[in-house]
Amino acid sequence: MIRQTPHLTRRAFGSLLGASAATIAAPGLLRAQTAGRLVIVGGGFGGASAARFAAINYPEVAVTLIEPQTSFVTCPYGNLILGGKRVLADITHSYDGLRARGVEVIHDRVAEIDAAGHAVALAGGGTLDYDKLILSPGIALRWDAIEGYGPEAAEVFPHAWIGGDGSQITTLRARLEAMPEGGVFAMSIPDNPFRCPPGPYERLSMVAHYLKQANPTAKILAFDAKEGFSKQGLFEDAWAELYGDMIEWVPASADGRIVRVDAARGLFVSEFGEEHRVDAGNVIPPQYAAAIAREAGLANDAGWVPVDPATFEALAARDVHVIGDANVAGPMPKSGYIANSTAKTAVVAALAEVTGRPAWDDPVYFNTCYSHVGQDYGVSVVAIFRPSGDSFAAVPDSGGLSPRGPLAELGRNRRLEARHADAWYDSITADMFS
Amino acid sequence: MTRPTIPAALAAALLGVTGAGAAEPNGPLLAQACAGCHGQSGAGEGSVPDIRGYQPDDFVQVWEEFRQGNRPATIMGRIARGYTEAEVAALAAYFAAQE
Repeated sequence: MIRQTPHLTRRAFGSLLGASAATIAAPGLLRAQTAGRLVIVGGGFGGASAARFAAINYPEVAVTLIEPQTSFVTCPYGNLILGGKRVLADITHSYDGLRARGVEVIHDRVAEIDAAGHAVALAGGGTLDYDKLILSPGIALRWDAIEGYGPEAAEVFPHAWIGGDGSQITTLRARLEAMPEGGVFAMSIPDNPFRCPPGPYERLSMVAHYLKQANPTAKILAFDAKEGFSKQGLFEDAWAELYGDMIEWVPASADGRIVRVDAARGLFVSEFGEEHRVDAGNVIPPQYAAAIAREAGLANDAGWVPVDPATFEALAARDVHVIGDANVAGPMPKSGYIANSTAKTAVVAALAEVTGRPAWDDPVYFNTCYSHVGQDYGVSVVAIFRPSGDSFAAVPDSGGLSPRGPLAELGRNRRLEARHADAWYDSITADMFS
Repeated sequence: MTRPTIPAALAAALLGVTGAGAAEPNGPLLAQACAGCHGQSGAGEGSVPDIRGYQPDDFVQVWEEFRQGNRPATIMGRIARGYTEAEVAALAAYFAAQE
């Protein structure tokens, strides 16, 4: 049941930041958040969704969100910056909406989780007690996985796979713009599992969309550590139809696995030693759960966090629920929509015990991933999942891909899905931040 | 199949203190997924329609047409096949009660 933990350390810390004054200045927030404390770590698709949902539906619970960035740059729609359809401000979101709902937002990093003691220590000093912890820390990049690819090389060959302060995606756009006429854009794509399975291929599409106009003799080389990919048929149809032979996808079996990069010399080097000259490079390295989840001892040997499929409680720690890309949730994809969908289940499960309100006994998880592959050309994959034993399973005979076929026949469908994708972006970011 | 009879009661059941049994699908929680495209409370967003205020029977019928592939769709046909009849009825009751 509820732990009557005195929040003395939190209060002391909050007053240092002036949080007490802010609360007093906003009378609408003065409600009885006395049932317990929910601390959420990470303010992305999982964490922001959880914070907003908890604040709306559990006003008796104090909700604290810890996120280092003062605004959130989404990975989804970042590819549209490369395509010239969006600018950074379009995909940057403020935490003010969550504050207005009574969420205490602290811009700091969690240095340590004391699961036994129900407390987190902040890098900036101070600790926060919690009754329930929701961890949505996202991914970390495995800097050791591709020789020569570390934070410095990422300034030359951006990954643009973590939103951060937005500089990775805008740097990649600048590299594209600086390509010589007829130059080579190359991408290194990791093996499964990784964040946003269709993301690399949407990115290739948006790069082609840009280059077709700005640099039509340029070449795009997509080096993949896999033999196949999400929505492959739909992407390959669109690439052939829209971009001719501009995009060449190289699977692992055709020596597509990149094992070394040389940023100074502008080289991607394959598993079998072939050196590829690259004018603009994008390395999407292998990934694992963000450091805080691994350092807290929550992850498996592969670096991802096993969870209970009905509650998202980490198998390794009571009262710590792990959502978003950091957990093990296959066959569910590491997507923003799944993070949003599962965030709500985690909140209901975590707060049932704290508040005495009902759990959700038969949760359903929902995913749609749209991809823009050209002007007014969207495709999607849909899936509905449920807990199944100690894992998850897609509902049989449901979900699936957009229909395949020539653009001449499916133009209306593609156009509508592109518009629906835009609506999805606006809806889901409202569900996180408004 | 289960017919929604008292939408207001179901709406009040969202995370309610009375504790709905496991037998009844939780419409308000199921509907959370819809907000990812259809906007808050199903109010619509851009090209994605407003789905508030449908009579429950109409909602169920439209859903069934999506499920059977008898209604033009971009993605709703694929979605419709993922939910049980009881869940659709709970969604119908929830969205009927939204304004």
